[in-house]
Order: sequence, then C-alpha cells, then structure tokens
Amino acid sequence: MYQILKQIIKTGIKTETPPQADEAMRLIEQRLQKEILDVFGGALAIRMVDAGSCNGCELEIHAVNNAYYNIEGLGIKFVASPRHADLLLVTGPVSRHMEEALKRTYDATPEPKLVVAIGDCGCDGGIFSPDNGGENYATCGKVSNVIPVDVAVSGCPPTPVAILQGILTAVSAKK
Amino acid sequence: MTDAIPAWAGEIAPDDLHEICRQVRDGGGRLVALWGSDARPRGFMLHVVLVNETGMVCLNVLLSADQPAYPDISQIFPAASRMQRAAYDLLGLRAQDAPDQRKWLRHAAWASDSFPLRKDFDAAANRTQEADAYPFVQVEGQGVHEIPVGPVHAGIIEPGHFRFSVIGERVLRLEERLGYTHKGIEKRFESMSLQQGAKLAGRVSGDSTVAYAWAYAMAAESIAGVTPPSRALWLRALLLERERVANHLGDLGYLGNDVALAFGFAQFWMLKEQVLRNNATLFGHRYLMDKIVPGGVTVSLDAGGKRVIEEECAMLEREVGILRGIYEEHAGVQDRFIGTGRVEPKLAAQLGLCGMAGRASAQAWDARVQFATAPYDKLDVRMATYRNGDVAARVIVRFDELFESLRLQREILTNLIHEEDAPALLEKLPANGFGIGMVEGWRGEVMVAIHTDAEGKLGRVHPHDPSWQNWPLLEHAIIDNIVPDFPLINKSFNLSYSGQDL
Repeated sequence: MYQILKQIIKTGIKTETPPQADEAMRLIEQRLQKEILDVFGGALAIRMVDAGSCNGCELEIHAVNNAYYNIEGLGIKFVASPRHADLLLVTGPVSRHMEEALKRTYDATPEPKLVVAIGDCGCDGGIFSPDNGGENYATCGKVSNVIPVDVAVSGCPPTPVAILQGILTAVSAKK
Repeated sequence: MTDAIPAWAGEIAPDDLHEICRQVRDGGGRLVALWGSDARPRGFMLHVVLVNETGMVCLNVLLSADQPAYPDISQIFPAASRMQRAAYDLLGLRAQDAPDQRKWLRHAAWASDSFPLRKDFDAAANRTQEADAYPFVQVEGQGVHEIPVGPVHAGIIEPGHFRFSVIGERVLRLEERLGYTHKGIEKRFESMSLQQGAKLAGRVSGDSTVAYAWAYAMAAESIAGVTPPSRALWLRALLLERERVANHLGDLGYLGNDVALAFGFAQFWMLKEQVLRNNATLFGHRYLMDKIVPGGVTVSLDAGGKRVIEEECAMLEREVGILRGIYEEHAGVQDRFIGTGRVEPKLAAQLGLCGMAGRASAQAWDARVQFATAPYDKLDVRMATYRNGDVAARVIVRFDELFESLRLQREILTNLIHEEDAPALLEKLPANGFGIGMVEGWRGEVMVAIHTDAEGKLGRVHPHDPSWQNWPLLEHAIIDNIVPDFPLINKSFNLSYSGQDL
C-alpha cells in the first residue's frame, strides 16, 4: 500500500487541457437542442462498436482513457451496453458480417443518440475498400453506409486528441 | 541470406502430405500456416508451412481444378482445423474426412457455393440475403445453461462471439465463433502494387503493424533476392522491439485493471503514452505504421533521437521495476493471477500454442532465437519461458520480455553507427515468384507469404497471425474457471480478431 501511495504522489496529475470542438468534423447538422446537449456534455455515456477495424483505432480509443487525456475527467464514460449509451463510437470499415450487429446496436441505443465514426475506414472505407466509401464482397465501406453518422474523425488511426475533439464536437451546440 | 529464414519449398503429391506432416510432428515440428491459391488452369494449390528446429518447409500441393480436395491434417496438427475450414470458405478446397467441416470465416456475406479468392469470383452475383446460421456444439445435462456473448463486447475490444456452457459460475465449455471482422484483406492485396500492399499488410492487425510490415517486406525481398542495407535492418528491429514494449505496457495495465487494480491501468498507460509520443516525435507515427517498406525503411534516427530512446529505456526500466514489485506483492492481484486460465505444457505442445502465450506454457520457441535473421543474429535474444501456463505466467513472461526489449533497444542503438544512403525501395517483383517472411511480433510469429503472377504483380498474399494457433487454446484455458475470470484470461492472451478474420 505504501508503495502504491508513494507512486501516486510521485506521479502527480498528468491530465492535459482538452481540445475544443471542431465544426469541420460534423457531417450532418446538430439535431439536438442546446438544453439536451448541456446534459449530455456533463455526463455522456459512450458505447464503442468495432464494426470491422484493424484494431488500430481501438488502441487510440483506449489511450483516450489514459491519464493524459482523461476522458472520464470530462464526465464522459464508456459503458458496457448500447442501452446505457448516449453516443456510439464506431470504427470501420463496416464488415458485412458486422452490418446486422451494428444496426441492432444502433436500434438498442435510446433516443436522443449520436454517432461518431472513427478513423479513415469509418469515414470513407479506408485502405480496405476499392474506392472511397466503396464496398467489396466483405465490407460495406464507411459507417454512414449503414447507420446515420453525426461526426466523422479521420486519421489512421486518429490521435487521442482528434478522437476527443470528435466526441466533444458531437455534443456541442453550433456557435 | 542472413535476412531470411532457411526455407525449403517444393511441390508434393496430395498422398504424401500425411506422411511428411507426421514426420515433422514426430520430430518436434509445428504447423505455422495453411492456405490455398487459385493456380488454374493447372489447378488449385494448397500451401502448408511447417517449422522445426532446423528451418521451415513449405509444401505446395497441386489439387484438381474441378474437385479440389486433400487429406485432412487436423488429426496430426489440431491447429490446422480452422485454417482448413477457412481455405474451404475462401477457395473451396475441401479437407477430406475432416471431423469439423463447418464454415469458419464465412457468415452470410457470400453464398456457400461461391469462393471469393477464386479469380473468377463475382462479388455482385454472389451476394446473399440469407440469415447466418451456425451449429454451436450443445452441452447437455442437468443445470447446464448457455451464455452467449458478442459479437459486440462490453469493453473497447474487437468483435467476436463466445458461447459459454456453464453450471452456476463454472465454465464447462467455451466455443468461439470468429470471422466478424472479415473484410476481404487477401482479395484486396490482389489489386494493389507492391508498395501499396505494404500499407495494407501494416493494417492486418493494427497492434502488430511493425511485425506485419516487416514480414511482408521480408517475403518481397526474398522473391527479389535483395538484402536491405544493414542500417535499415537495425532500424526495423528497433521498431519491432518498441512495438513489443508498447503492447506489453498496455496489456500489463489492463491485466491490473481486470483484477480491480485501477492503479495499474493508470500507471502503465502513462508509460505507454510516453513511448507512443516518442514514436510520434522520432518516427512520425505513434504506432509506427508504414515505416517498414519492401527494400528498407522510411525512417532515420540521429544522435538526438538515440538519446531520447536511451532516456526512455532508463525511465521504463526504473518505473516498470517499481510496478512489477507492486504487482508481485499485491495479495489480491496474485490471488487472481495464480492458477487462473491454465494451459498445461503438454496440451500447449499438442495443440500448437505459440508466441508469448506459448512461452508461458514451456513452449520454448521464439523466431528471434530459433531463426535469428539479421540483425537478431547479432543480438543473442534471451528467451523468457515458464511452465505454469496460467495468467501469472503470462504476466511474468510479459515483464521479462519487456525488460529484454529495453536491453535489445540499447544494443541496437550502439550498432546504429553508419549513416548510409537511403535504400532503393523495391517497386516490382520477378514473375511467378514465391516468398515467405516470418517475424516474432509481440504476440507471436507473424508470417506473410507472397505469390507473384506471370507479370510480377501480387497474385496472392497470405498474412498469418499467431492468433490462429492460440484462439483454440483459450477455449481450453477457461475450462473449470469461473465466468468472471474470462475477461482476465482473455486479456492475458490478448489475441487478434482482425488478424485471423482477414
């Protein structure tokens, strides 16, 4: 116990200032009223869905939870069920084998809900798709080919700051 | 060549397959990978890669174009079972008399009588709307019930389905169903140039991007018969060890988290973040994607960069040492780690457990040691092995390998002396070539095979993840454990879904 406390004190607080929302990441107009967003902004529950990624984006989504980015410090928490969630964080490309599961996860998420697509593959199908947004025998391409997407964060994988920015954009009112 | 694994490749008749496999197994050898290719009009080809202490054997078996079938080898190498099922799903090659003929990578995205990796496959014509059905094995008996989990899991993790048969909390049986992230990677390679393919290889499994990119480059270089400059090889090893360190740090944090020691997650992930940030500063990418290409590397390292890595290694050695002490002295942590999710060495050998998890079950096998290709031939890697095969053993192996990787990085830095001209990147390969690359990634041995066509283009690329071998062992590791220990056991292996789903 002494060692743990000593290490915690030695470590200190590492959390950095979070990024600002970035309207350029928004695909469709903010559908939620400011009052709702104020509530969301203070206590957002996220369900993460890997719909076919290479696991690269997941590494950075994990990193968003580390002490430097400290997403929980902003009142944002990853939850275990879509039924508990306000926002779906989806990585792609959406494989045909995950298409049904993704749709069902979306349907299981209560309204009002938001969707943030993560990574180049989630945004346009990425390297796995023949053309941008394109499909092949095994993938449906970008996330918005399967469910409505509010905000898309590009990058391969996007940095934790970009992911955080995407999430914050989804819950911000248009200035 | 010092940068390639000693390999023998040759064509054999289907009738000889059993005998050769049996001999290799009886001599202590293992199955690495099995895949097929479309070589019509000659016929279809089955490729089986085996290794033993002396080297690698690649058996090419010519099968008929009309009824491609071969003798089942899963009775000799149980790990072959899922690979054979995948070879049927993708190419229609049938393993005769195999006890398990269920589909594996195919769910409902394409029709059961069409095969995506055949050259004449028409994606649009073979789209199905049928519902996916899969006959799980049912466990019967009083009080037995099933818990279906996934494909969407509770954590931030890749998708897959686990079917537990339990009595109360005790797990009687686990059956995995994978293939959810199948995105047609192998088909995609066929439309790419050699250098584009390097990017795709680096995204077969994002956490092992360095290992895959290196294995791909190694395969291409062996076809072209070129050896990259030695500085490029040293840099590749540096990147590979940094990938190992980053992944082990992350997993050690999560292993703490999964036994309710959130402190472990917080501490290890701060350390991991510092490694990733140094990667971004020094090499331009946090996970080192696209830094290894056929012919060489796209990164360099100056004196200032070396200092950063030296300081990082010293910092990690100090901090991880403290955290290891805390993990080892924490009664609650050790209580959950010890004896949980055991894979006995005998079972590990029988089923072919490999890589880091294999070494925790006394399978003393590390491609950096057995097939020390340059620059590992000059590094004398110290392999970490334990016999217990439980979560605790896999944690110890990770700690040992992490410290060893720090030592290796320092040694690599002292060898990075000569500044050389930028290597000539490979743009084109000879026609009808075949090459294999194998690299010991953090999870285990990553293999990439490249076949070039009559024009020297990528005719067929097969990436193989060590998770193929290790997923079936997870089914065994959980038996007789309680359901709540599954996340811990699963994390202690941390297998790739994308890498095996392709």
